[in-house]
Amino acid sequence: MAGSDRHPLFLPLIAVGGLVFGFGLGYSHMARPEVVLDFLQFEDLGLPFVMFGGALVTGVVYFLAPKLLKRPALTNRSFERRLKPFDNQVLVGGAIFGVGWGLSGICPGAAYASLGVGNVPILWALAGMFLGAFAQGVWRSRNDASDAAPTGAD
Amino acid sequence: MVLDPVPLQLFAEYFPNGISRYAIGGLFVGLGASIIYLGTGISAGASTFLESTLSYVSGRSRFQQYVSSRDWRLVFTVSIIAGAAIYSLTFGDNFQYSTDVQVWRLFVGGILVGVGTRVGKGCTSGHGVCGVGSASRTSLIGVATFLLVAIGTAQLVAAMGVSP
Repeated sequence: MAGSDRHPLFLPLIAVGGLVFGFGLGYSHMARPEVVLDFLQFEDLGLPFVMFGGALVTGVVYFLAPKLLKRPALTNRSFERRLKPFDNQVLVGGAIFGVGWGLSGICPGAAYASLGVGNVPILWALAGMFLGAFAQGVWRSRNDASDAAPTGAD
Repeated sequence: MVLDPVPLQLFAEYFPNGISRYAIGGLFVGLGASIIYLGTGISAGASTFLESTLSYVSGRSRFQQYVSSRDWRLVFTVSIIAGAAIYSLTFGDNFQYSTDVQVWRLFVGGILVGVGTRVGKGCTSGHGVCGVGSASRTSLIGVATFLLVAIGTAQLVAAMGVSP
């Protein structure tokens, strides 16, 4: 369905973006759980430069893109900021995520990248993430059984 | 030179690996997200891949809503792995790295990350890089929440003598 009217360069561009993104996670050493744990234990405070350095770049791009360009080159979307509605779930989910991140030193993007730098034990974390996302999805769809309307993707 | 050595020493103590590794890596992360945004208008987060990939094996509506995006999310994730592999082959240590963090921490932490990122609408890339870049209030609150809780958790775990 979505594939047919896509620009032929859509997936290649996603791939280039992912390569650069993953290279950055490798270069920053954020793909190493020890480095994340060292930051959280205040033994190496460099890590925030990864996330906020990244946010600085996207911040400039998110600000300038709608002013300089009409729309993205490969889709019919418009340049919108990533704004999600705030509710208590953000706090609850953030706290659960925080416990998991503090325990393991691993978050989704860094876990994929960790596999790329040869870290086989990270498969345990990835298995856990899929299990957690599955459990949450099952629990959620049981609770929302009444409304079948899907919420917006990403 | 004329700089007071005391603050310099303090600085060095808290940044044993310097900051360029982190800052340069972060710029690449932001650049990767920006390439995708400029080309497609999509704010790429890494965690929705978990649910979108589950749509291949589960018919639940919760996962099926991601059917239209699951192929590019798969490409994005495989590329992240490949990009990190390119780092490992060029500036890194040739796939020699393996974590010493205990398996139960990785697994239990992974489960909580999987639940939390879905309940909380994003992770370190979705909220942290794209959301903060968008100056989204929701994302700023989300990042502050998981950062503070993660620091508390890691300190507690370390205080209980769990290492690595």
